[in-house]
Amino acid sequence: MSSATTLTSPPNQQALAEIAAKTPRKNATFWSRFRRHKLAVIGLTVLLLMGLIAIAAPLVAPHAPNAVSLANYRKPPSFDYLLGTDSQGRDVLSRLMYAARISLSVGIVAVALYVVIGTVLGGLAGFFGGWVDGIVMRLADMVLSFPAIIVIITIVSILGPSILNVMLVIGLMGWPPIARLVRGEFLTLRDRDFVTASRSTGAKDSRIIFRHVLPNATTPVIVNATFGMAQAILLEAGLSFLGLGVQPPTASWGNMLNAAQSITTLEEMPWLWIPPGVAIVIAVLAINFVGDGLRDALDPRSGK
Amino acid sequence: MGQFLLRRILISIPVLLGITIAMYIIVNLAPGDPVTALMNPEQMANMGPEWVEHQREALGLNDPMPVRYVKWLKETATGNLGYSFVDRLPVSEKIGERIWPTVKLMLVVLVISVLIGVPLGIISALKQYSFIDYLLTIMGFLTVSIPSFFLALILIYVFSLKLDWLPASGMYTVGQPRAFTDSLQHMILPATALGLSQAAPIIRYTRASLLETIKQDYVTVARAKGLGETHVVMHALRNALIPIITIIALNVPMLLGGTVIIEQVFSWPGMGSLAIASVQGRDYNVLMGINLIAAIMILLSNLLADVIYALVDPRIKYS
Repeated sequence: MSSATTLTSPPNQQALAEIAAKTPRKNATFWSRFRRHKLAVIGLTVLLLMGLIAIAAPLVAPHAPNAVSLANYRKPPSFDYLLGTDSQGRDVLSRLMYAARISLSVGIVAVALYVVIGTVLGGLAGFFGGWVDGIVMRLADMVLSFPAIIVIITIVSILGPSILNVMLVIGLMGWPPIARLVRGEFLTLRDRDFVTASRSTGAKDSRIIFRHVLPNATTPVIVNATFGMAQAILLEAGLSFLGLGVQPPTASWGNMLNAAQSITTLEEMPWLWIPPGVAIVIAVLAINFVGDGLRDALDPRSGK
Repeated sequence: MGQFLLRRILISIPVLLGITIAMYIIVNLAPGDPVTALMNPEQMANMGPEWVEHQREALGLNDPMPVRYVKWLKETATGNLGYSFVDRLPVSEKIGERIWPTVKLMLVVLVISVLIGVPLGIISALKQYSFIDYLLTIMGFLTVSIPSFFLALILIYVFSLKLDWLPASGMYTVGQPRAFTDSLQHMILPATALGLSQAAPIIRYTRASLLETIKQDYVTVARAKGLGETHVVMHALRNALIPIITIIALNVPMLLGGTVIIEQVFSWPGMGSLAIASVQGRDYNVLMGINLIAAIMILLSNLLADVIYALVDPRIKYS
């Protein structure tokens, strides 16, 4: 868009939206929009509850998560052990609560990591353009056109399986969508009137980036990161299930399911593998609902 | 068309090279020395450190990494992927016998997900905002939120262990002549476990695409001419389905990744279970080979999608 055409055009929609965004009404509309999405509200409630249980695990868990009790091994659910005990006599419910800490924090840390990487790389690509853009985007294509799990298991086999490595590797593989979003935002906003205006008043590059461009990218990034968290939790669960993620005795929902690789456990001790599986489904479903609600609430163009 | 194909292939080559460079660096970060890993410890003790050093030199392990990479690339181009650290078999042979089971599983999953996804997506779009549309949306969310391996465990628990209808592992019944019905029975559970989550995005995109197309002028014209609703939908559908090709192609990496865990759960003799076994045995040569083959498979599927897209959509020029 050249400045000649914009001079004669009617008041810019984007500028109006900018003014509207500055007023406190924005938050009100966001909440009222979000609240209309019933599933998202349910999802958020469930998620907050899970987070609370995870944080308060030492207080609310009926037993110590790693306390071995050989007298009580593989006991079906009872009043003492609401979800039964595993092959080492550890309380399944308590482990489930502690595992929530691990699984949820893997989701949060891994996604936080790739949001940072994606924002920096996408920002560089969008701001500098040219060969920087070319390299970053080809790199993104490469990472995107690859089944993450195969790369991840290769890297984990080299670095060794641990919760930290899982977070790290998911973080390193997840950035391309974020980078593409941020880059796109830079490209569309670079020549907008309000940016030109800011530049003409002598604003530095850093001010333009942090004050004018990045805030506009937050909406799509937040939505993407929310869905990404669900993906990361699923990926961690899969890796830990294969024995390549979080290592015992630390409990994660994925490695609790690992027990079900034995047919006897699968057939005769469903209390060992159904609860962690259900926990994953509930957590991931809740996050996906919240993500859907956020998308509807933050993006007026998405309709509905 | 030939030129179009050639251009597409040329574009894929840098991506493929980039992937191999990245993988080569990663695999070379692995601890352990291939010489000491391969040698008989007694023999090594007899020969002394000079001999080991000589072997390293002879194998080219003392060259800088870029030189070793180029050597590796040359060998790879001639089909030599090296040898397994574990059983000394050629990597190409080990992977070769695992490709077909994985591809077969992927193809069946693709067919299932399209057969489920496209009709449900059409229904969802035609009955927009109805109960069934809402239900399908929620089902879609549910299927992408269940870890495939958990779904697999539930399926095994119900259909193999409790009902005893279907086998829980392998591709064939061991010790029986290979029959089509037998391999079909073995296919049902793993394909379902993977196919359900794959169908969800297809439902969503078919719905969105059809809703978009139905708003187009030519569909309104068809309606205005008095065409029956079924005809109108068929009219729109042909164009609405074109973007689905891209969605399916973009999903191939997800699908290939999905086979890794599913193959492990069902003891399916494909590349995924080979990858897991290689991780456990730290068999980096095999892992490297699997990564390479996976990359080629994905680039080929993208290429295929481009070609099909160009064939069905005359607006796309080959040049």
